[in-house]
Amino acid sequence: MAQMTMIQAITDAMRTELKNDENVLVFGEDVGQYGGVFRATEGLQKEFGEDRVFDTPLAESGISGLSIGLSLTGFRPVMEIQFFGFVFETMDGISGQMSRLRYRSGGHYNAPITVRSPFGGGVKTPELHADSLEGLMAQSPGLRVVIPSSPYDAKGLLISSIRNNDPVIFLEHMKLYRSFREEVPEEEYTVDLDKAEVKREGKDVSIITYGAMVHTSLKAAEELAEDGIEAEVVDLRTISPLDMETVLESVKKTNRAIVVQEAQKQAGIASNVVAEINEHAILHLEAPVLRVTAPDTVFPFAAAEDIWLPDHTNVTEKAKEVVHF
Amino acid sequence: MASNTLEQAEGHFEMFQVMNEEGEIVNKDALPDLTDEDLQELMKRMVYTRIWDQRAVSLNRQGRLGFYAPVAGQEASMLGSQYALEQEDWIVPGYRDVPQIVWHGLPLYQAFLFSRGHFHGGQIPEELNVLSPQIIIGAQIVQTAGVALGLKKKEKNSVAITYTGDGGASQGDFYEGMNFAGSFKAPAIFVVQNNQFAISVPADAQTSAKTIAQKGVAAGIPGVQVDGMDVLAVYAATKEARERALDGGGPTLLETLCYRYGPHTMAGDDPTRYRTSDLDDEWEKRDPLVRLRKYLESKDLWSEEQENEVVDTAKEEIKAAIKEADDTPKQKVSDLIENMHEVLPPHLKDQLEEYREKESK
Repeated sequence: MAQMTMIQAITDAMRTELKNDENVLVFGEDVGQYGGVFRATEGLQKEFGEDRVFDTPLAESGISGLSIGLSLTGFRPVMEIQFFGFVFETMDGISGQMSRLRYRSGGHYNAPITVRSPFGGGVKTPELHADSLEGLMAQSPGLRVVIPSSPYDAKGLLISSIRNNDPVIFLEHMKLYRSFREEVPEEEYTVDLDKAEVKREGKDVSIITYGAMVHTSLKAAEELAEDGIEAEVVDLRTISPLDMETVLESVKKTNRAIVVQEAQKQAGIASNVVAEINEHAILHLEAPVLRVTAPDTVFPFAAAEDIWLPDHTNVTEKAKEVVHF
Repeated sequence: MASNTLEQAEGHFEMFQVMNEEGEIVNKDALPDLTDEDLQELMKRMVYTRIWDQRAVSLNRQGRLGFYAPVAGQEASMLGSQYALEQEDWIVPGYRDVPQIVWHGLPLYQAFLFSRGHFHGGQIPEELNVLSPQIIIGAQIVQTAGVALGLKKKEKNSVAITYTGDGGASQGDFYEGMNFAGSFKAPAIFVVQNNQFAISVPADAQTSAKTIAQKGVAAGIPGVQVDGMDVLAVYAATKEARERALDGGGPTLLETLCYRYGPHTMAGDDPTRYRTSDLDDEWEKRDPLVRLRKYLESKDLWSEEQENEVVDTAKEEIKAAIKEADDTPKQKVSDLIENMHEVLPPHLKDQLEEYREKESK
């Protein structure tokens, strides 16, 4: 075991799969010799050569197209979009093309592509870098959307994503890259896709969340405990498809739930979680399921980020609202 | 000075022609090395494809075909380039480029199923390296860069060819695809079939560039403007591009000047709103079939009998293919759901069950 930050765990996952499968290729803007703008691919080109870890010209649509073409010739591409705000440049390549390759060929072709990209607020990037656009991906049938909240999960989930034979959008919250370390096995292991995890058990209210908000929610849960409210925190980990089994099990136990996301209210995945709970567990509820989100504006400039993003007090307030409903 | 440079550069892009409108060889040095049988085969394929196009238009009007983008006028451009390929080469077509993938090996009935919007149309047979036609203009071009890079990395002795039109050359993906392939020295051939109109917008309204071929210069790859009504020129230019690609010379851009006689698609386009009949007549004089027929007749390689035989065969095979398409099981929503993922997520499993139950009634 080693102490790793999330970014080290991500690098380690790519190293593991580059070793395991000669068809794995890692590429994108600045990912080669430079090791990526966040150093996620640090040392990989040196270890595996320019043929397998390489820079591309600066064009996101080109990178997606390259991934699809490489898939058709038997490769397993791990492409990087340097910042997820740039995804608009290749919405067709991802939501229009790789998502439907399996369907449009009646299962003859598939796109075992992993799209890695840093996203998420709180790090004061210029505009169109940090945006929480995961909802756009989650609303594209044919894609999986995976968002780890810890180094351990990041490594296991990324290995599972790379091995998956369908496209996976793997979103890495920038604020979590180096915010803490934890024990991560140096050997290979996987964490299942499509599976949520209960991060903290509680009986009074379920907090359903993902990404950096897992930590905000855990902090809120500690504060709630001081007030005698035991919150259960569920980390979705894969936001499309949703693991409703785990979510419903929690909601049926606590009878109350809030959904916490960094994305705007009409974005992200929160509305979908609420709708699923309504469809499958409404008679178990003692209160409406409420949401903690950012407001429905564009992602703000850096100076407004901190006042725009949800924080742990928003979570405790909303949790108390449903507990005292 | 800047405008001089542009003029000089554009002066280099003269149309490459081997055989003129009268079927006379005007560029002996460039005459491709084709046997008499090859020449007859090319003629046969063009006649067959013309008949198929006429039948497809007619079937569409009867409501029996679905989506169809006519190909008459583009046979030399489509079939001459495909004929220069080897079986292992990849074709990444645009929406009109159905003849190339059929002559590469896709069964005709599957092409009809593609038209009808049946997913079996895209179930490409094993060992056949084609995709079903791309609908988004330009998406196939960046994908071709990827296929070509993959072929290079796998050390295959084959190339990837893709097709778009004059409108497609305005897309960002057109430049990205050429530029990526150029940067990776990937064995790709980018064919722009300049059929003069992108639905209604004339080619000269797409760009201030005199030729589309010259756009290769910006990506650092060779560009050639070819007489797209001259099947020998298209064949020769594609063959040369293929050889250069396999020799490590990277991709080539080919602009084939041609014309679509019919509408953009059969879904309500009316070419009389944007083209004159004079222009139609002018291009019909350059017809690719007439031209090759004259050349072959001058060499005693083609007769009316041979032509009639091809027409009859085409009609029979088209009829059989339509029958086979008709006999294909209707698609179900459950087929669609099953083809979304290798490992079906829980919510889709539920939906699959729901639809299977509905379909069993």
